[in-house]
Amino acid sequence: MKAVILGGTTGMGRAIARLLAERGDAVFLMGLDEPELERSAADLEARHPQRARVGHALCNLEHPEGFTAALDAADEALGGFDTVVVTAAMFATQDRLADDTDLARRLMVVNYAHTVVFCELVRKRLLARGGGRLAVFSSVAGDRGRKPVVIYGSSKAGLSAYLEALDHSYHAAGLTVLCVKPGFVKTGMTAGLKPPPFAGEPEQVAAAVVRALDRRKPLIYAPAIWALVMLVIRSLPRFVMRKIGF
Amino acid sequence: MVVRPDEAQGPVPTLSAWGRLPAPGKEIFSEDLERATQGATLTRGLGRSYGDSSLPAAPEDRVIATPLANRLLSFDEQTGVLRAEAGFCLAELNRIFLPRGWFPPVTPGTQFVTLGGMVASDVHGKNHHREGTFGAHVRSLRMRLADDSIVDCSPTVHPDLFQGTIGGMGLLGHILEVEFTLHRIPSRWIWMESQRVRGIDEFLEALGRAAPRWPMTMGWIDCLSRGSSMGRGILMAGRWATADEASRPPPSTPRKWTFPVELPNWALNPLTASAFNTAYYWRHLRRHAAGIVAPDPFFYPLDAILHWNRAYGPRGFTQYQCVLPRAAGPQAVRSFMELLTRLGGSSPLCVIKDCGPQGQGTLSFPMEGTSIAVDMAVSPEIQRIVDALNAFVIEVGGRIYLTKDRFTRPEHFRAMEPRLPAFLEARAKWDPKRRLRSAQSLRILEGA
Repeated sequence: MKAVILGGTTGMGRAIARLLAERGDAVFLMGLDEPELERSAADLEARHPQRARVGHALCNLEHPEGFTAALDAADEALGGFDTVVVTAAMFATQDRLADDTDLARRLMVVNYAHTVVFCELVRKRLLARGGGRLAVFSSVAGDRGRKPVVIYGSSKAGLSAYLEALDHSYHAAGLTVLCVKPGFVKTGMTAGLKPPPFAGEPEQVAAAVVRALDRRKPLIYAPAIWALVMLVIRSLPRFVMRKIGF
Repeated sequence: MVVRPDEAQGPVPTLSAWGRLPAPGKEIFSEDLERATQGATLTRGLGRSYGDSSLPAAPEDRVIATPLANRLLSFDEQTGVLRAEAGFCLAELNRIFLPRGWFPPVTPGTQFVTLGGMVASDVHGKNHHREGTFGAHVRSLRMRLADDSIVDCSPTVHPDLFQGTIGGMGLLGHILEVEFTLHRIPSRWIWMESQRVRGIDEFLEALGRAAPRWPMTMGWIDCLSRGSSMGRGILMAGRWATADEASRPPPSTPRKWTFPVELPNWALNPLTASAFNTAYYWRHLRRHAAGIVAPDPFFYPLDAILHWNRAYGPRGFTQYQCVLPRAAGPQAVRSFMELLTRLGGSSPLCVIKDCGPQGQGTLSFPMEGTSIAVDMAVSPEIQRIVDALNAFVIEVGGRIYLTKDRFTRPEHFRAMEPRLPAFLEARAKWDPKRRLRSAQSLRILEGA
């Protein structure tokens, strides 16, 4: 596998990059911050069995004008990538987003519009070389309109719909699209929040994502128990959803 | 995989360490330690210290938690020099580097600790008589100081800061990065010899005999047996097996069990503890045994059962660990064991180890002599027991291990720690406002 990971310096992206590097896959990191990218590349090089060089490029989902250059750099370093994983996104609590409408606008643009732009550029490159794999982190928050995730959840709902349709459209052409819906995972993103029951660890999610990539699955919930939780949530009638705080 | 102490549930968030006694507090996890430690008063790793050294000093309730700051920054395949962020976990280090033929120069009895915690506690292991403490192998540290500046220190650059941080319980600055040297190992197996020992005098003699011949030694003591069999137990000695001795496939990843529930307080009582000890002692049927074992059960026998501290129930427990100086002679160890048996309150876990010379850490625990560690459930008697043991330790010129401590009184600590003025001097220089503090430092240092 020759994998690009956008968001590979932190959280679940970091865990996926490590898993791939440790089994000998070639990895290329994209992220927001040059020193962070260098430190994460060093971490992966020390873990890789052949100590292969790990390339990296700046790529910020707020600035789509930089996407092409970053993908060019990845293609050059890897000799043409065949797998792209996107874990990067914005997160803020509903309280903050309800207060700060500009932050809400930025979050919706990053999590939906610019993520789709990035995926479109990746799609064209992968289809041109006969297919490949694209795994994008959406969220269980997109499965149902819920009080704690009004804005964030809606951005992920749009993304999930896009990813499903992308899979339907290009599966036959060799492009596998994996939509990852993590439940609550203990990462830097959720560091200030109280973990609910079934909270997962990033390594656990990473292992599930890599397994799903290998088996070319279109959708996973991680940790897996969230598939069941969300099945229940999706089937609750509206009058119940109005009453509960979940 | 990493194990953190259980978090108590309640209206006020509470935090506890391995001994399970909670205090108000919460952990702030961050991948970016440089940012998170700005203005912070305390950092903790995986919360494996037993007492209150990783708990915040009230009214402060925040502790920065390092486990997400877990990147390897460099590794030199020629020299074994490794640099990593402070939250890098020892279990992860072993998982990556054991198969490549490298092992940490010093390892404590659990691998669920971080590098930062290993430095702050200046951990020691079965090879203390050969290799000293972990701090002896540290080449450099990057720290965030109380004035919010970031500095690198080493045995030659800011040596007082470096030595004060080795075993300094995180009180001179937040440890951000650690650089130390791994050792090459000849195989992935351990050659171990073990021996049933019938009493404390025989034990000390056997430990003394084993030290020059074996790089790693330690003993388990049945500290509930009395009379002529007082201090009976099992002595274990080991070394890395040579490639010829271990001509078999590498050890498989050991199966881990999770202690499923918190037991009620009465579950671990003198009767069950005695029964366990007797069974454990006689399980070693032959007087001598020798053979190849995997590193995990050798170095980390208790790691096979995750969350084993739940066996103590909600009352919590503490570990009393002290070192009695060689100069006090074997009769000091015998008297200590007699006192311990008389006071009661002990549990199945009691470990004895002979230590080599004291290291460079200003407050580092080990000194030339005999170290004894014993777990005790918390009871209304615990303060009296710890006081009595401390009084004895002071009398013979020994000292206790802060990493395990929750009950030592400040006047006792002062009396057993002639190095304290040197540490306080370093603290006055690097943190004159005493901004960095823990529940433990508040308890035993602030009066000093």
